[in-house]
This record gives sequence, structure tokens and C-alpha cells, in this order.
Amino acid sequence: MTDALFPEPMAILRIRNETADTFSFDLDARPRGGFRFAPGQFNMLYAFGFGEVPISISGDPLRPGVLTHTVRAVGPVTRALQGLKKGDVIGVRGPFGTPWPVDEAQGKDVLLVAGGIGLAPLRPTIYSVLSRRKVFGRVCIAYGARTPGDLLYTKEIARWRGRMDVQLEVTVDRGDPEWRGQTGVVTKLLRHFDFTPHDSVAMLCGPEVMMRFASRELEGLGMPAPRIYLSMERNMKCGVGSCGHCQLGPTFICKDGPVYPLTQLVRLMSVREL
Amino acid sequence: MEVESLARSLAEQPFCKALTQSQVEFLAGCAKNARFDAGEYLVREGSASESMFLIRSGTVALENYLPGRGSLKIDTLVPGDVLGWSVLLPPFRWHLDARALEPTLAFALDANCVRGKVQADHGFGYALTLRLLAAADERLTQARLQQLDVYKAELR
Ligand SMILES: Cc1cc2nc3c(=O)[nH]c(=O)nc-3n(C[C@H](O)[C@H](O)[C@H](O)COP(=O)(O)OP(=O)(O)OC[C@H]3O[C@@H](n4cnc5c(N)ncnc54)[C@H](O)[C@@H]3O)c2cc1C
Ligand code: FES
Repeated sequence: MTDALFPEPMAILRIRNETADTFSFDLDARPRGGFRFAPGQFNMLYAFGFGEVPISISGDPLRPGVLTHTVRAVGPVTRALQGLKKGDVIGVRGPFGTPWPVDEAQGKDVLLVAGGIGLAPLRPTIYSVLSRRKVFGRVCIAYGARTPGDLLYTKEIARWRGRMDVQLEVTVDRGDPEWRGQTGVVTKLLRHFDFTPHDSVAMLCGPEVMMRFASRELEGLGMPAPRIYLSMERNMKCGVGSCGHCQLGPTFICKDGPVYPLTQLVRLMSVREL
Repeated sequence: MEVESLARSLAEQPFCKALTQSQVEFLAGCAKNARFDAGEYLVREGSASESMFLIRSGTVALENYLPGRGSLKIDTLVPGDVLGWSVLLPPFRWHLDARALEPTLAFALDANCVRGKVQADHGFGYALTLRLLAAADERLTQARLQQLDVYKAELR
């Protein structure tokens, strides 16, 4: 772990444009002996001169030499990150937050439901599960994006989809004339998977409304609420539970989350403007 | 004999899961196998709804034609999905185009035959209507979520 309050400088090794507004970059963690994290955790990334933002780690936990993040440029700090080049240095604090329940999912079917950039925080789980594929039951991945041009990690998706031991379905809300895949919302993919709802663990990440609909659909299919996990977001400042910026009901997302079981969120999610 | 084997395959369709065996056999009297090549239309907007379809394999795109923008895909149907509650609803016309994106197999249920059986046996009609209502409710919920355009609004 870096110092919880002071950003550690790390250099950019590589940058990849994923879509028009989303990019991934690898930070060089070798000089510090690697960067260990659990899938679902995030870092506070500091673009010097602009500010600091929470960004999930999107790389492979088994490759600690590179620390990967995927960022959608939406405002001043994420745009400043987008403007950086190979060799530039940013500040990193972390890893923070609760991880996805990958260990709890052992011996059970695993259902991953990602919407939009929500695939980024789930990608380390995919790497983790596939690296120990035999210890899990069926693996189902549902991924929805706005348009075909907004799909992340398209080459990896094609590879995962080609595996006989993974069920992966992709859908877009708006298909263009060239799009040959599914059109419609991500929730509708769920009932077509071959899995055992009462013996599965589901991990959901994406816009809150999408997660609300998806968790209802999963409960309708017979999944117990305590086995459905969601990753939540709010603006953050300190990342360590002391400033109160990321409060969600009685919890702080930076230390009690971002990953919560649905049972803990059910009441909070139905309260508006929380 | 053919109706019997159709009834067996029909019974495996998720749409028929809540129907009794005799209701599935009754419905099978209206069914025949249909095959569509990639790019072929199952139905065209405005045309009379002569059949209802249960998709067995392949993918079918539901499209709306917008002048100046061409055909817009709004949804896709995959195996297990149903196309066609308009067979029960006047004026018995399709509101959209449905086009196979890949070679597709479906059960085609003759609309006149289905309407006749719904009239003749209200118990069957109720069970069938309930299934169609469930499918319509699911589609409506999805359409509402799609309309929210959540990924655009997403401010991550
Ligand atoms: C735990 C966690 C993990 C995250 N992981 C990722 C990730 O992997 N990739 C990624 O691109 N983004 C991620 N985000 C979101 C990211 O932190 C914000 O997009 C970023 O803070 C925006 O900062 P900005 O200065 O560029 O824009 P701002 O000007 O701060 O924000 C632009 C717009 O986005 C809104 N906004 C900012 N932060 C959030 C938020 N957290 N939730 C909802 N709306 C927000 C603002 O209200 C504003 O309207 C994560 C957030 C959290 C809390
Ligand atoms: S960001 Fe400060 S309490 Fe969570």
C-alpha cells in the first residue's frame, strides 16, 4: 500500500485508447517491487496541478509489475489524465476499498454484469477467475454499452467469448447498421445464461439505475440477495473515511465500499438523493 | 404424428413453460417450422400479422424505419423469445420490422388459428394471454430502461 495520505509518483509505461472518450494506461510499478491489490479496489490518482480522482484498478492482479486503470474523460481531472503521455508521472494513493467476493464465489457459478465503464472494475475479477477457472462453476458475463463504438476491451472480449468455459453476451442500447450483435438492455441477457441462480454469486458494476434493474431481475430468477454484490460510487476526497464526501447512508464508500452486498444497499438505494 | 412431435418441441420453449401439456398440444395445431436466412424479414411494419413466432435458434433484430436515418435496431430477439402479441390485437398489423441477423429457426403460429383457439377455449386463451402479457411487461420494462440512456447520463 502507498502512504494513505501522500501520493506516490509513478510513471506511465503505456497508454491505449479504448473508445473516443475512454483510455487505459499502465503505470510502472516495478521500481517499487510491484503493486498488490484485490479485484474491485480503487486508487486515488493525482493529476498534478489539476486534482485527485478515485479510479478502479482495471488490470491483472497477477501482474503486479504494471498497475492499470481505465478512465472515461468526463471533467477536469479525468481530461487532464487523458492529456498525459508515456513517461509522464502521476501521483497514486491506494489501494482502497472493499474487494469483489471472488473467494466466496469459489465452487459456485459466477455471474458478472457490467454496464458501460463498469467493465473496468470487473476486469481484474475476470482475470482472477480465469486464472483459477477450475475452482469456479459456470462463468457468465453480461456486458452492455451505449453503442458498438463504446465497447471496451473488444479484443479481450472476443477471446473470452471464444472460450468453451465462459458464457459471455454483449448488448448495446443503440445498434448501428453494421452491428450484428444483440441490441437492448444488459438486464435482458441474464435469463438466457445457463447457471444455477441459488448457487451463484453475482457482481454488478455500472450506472446505479442499471444495477437496480439487474439486481431485481436476478432476484426474480431466484438469486438470494446476500449473494448479489454491487459497486457504488460517490464523489471522493480523502479516500480513507475521514472527510465524509463519499457518504452513503450510514456508510462511507471509500472504506465500507465500493463493493456492497445488495442486502446492505436495498434500503439505501430506494431512498432518493442519498 | 407431426403435431405430436411439434408439441414436444414446443413444450421446451420457455414461452410454453406455464402452459399445461394439453394447452401446448392445442397450440401445436397452429404451429409449423419456419426458417429464415440472414437478412430475411420475418415481418414488415404495417403488414398484416399473420403469424406469431417463437425463436428457436438465431438472432432477430427488431427495427424501426426512420426516414432519412434508415432502419434503427431497437432490440434483438434470441432463442426462447416471442415475437407477436399483435396477433391478438386489432388492427392485427405489425408495428415494426423483424429481420433475421443470422440463419434463424422459429415456430410460426398461424394468427387466425391462434385467434380461433383463444375464442374457442377461454381457459387456453387466458393462459396464452397471460404469457403474452408477461412478455410484453418484460419488453416494456426493458424499453423504459433503454430510454433512460443510462450510459450517457453516467458521470463516472
Ligand atoms: C470507487 C470509484 C471508482 C471509480 N472508478 C472509475 C474508473 O475505473 N474509471 C472512470 O473513468 N471513473 C471511475 N470513477 C469515477 C471518477 O472518479 C469520476 O469520473 C471522476 O472523479 C471525475 O472527475 P473529473 O474532475 O474529471 O470531473 P468532475 O468535474 O469532478 O466530474 C464531472 C461530472 O461527473 C460527476 N461525477 C464526478 N465523480 C462522480 C462519481 N464518482 N459518481 C458520479 N458522478 C460523478 C460530477 O458531478 C460532474 O457532473 C470511480 C469513482 C469511484 C467513487
Ligand atoms: S472520501 Fe473522504 S470519507 Fe470517503
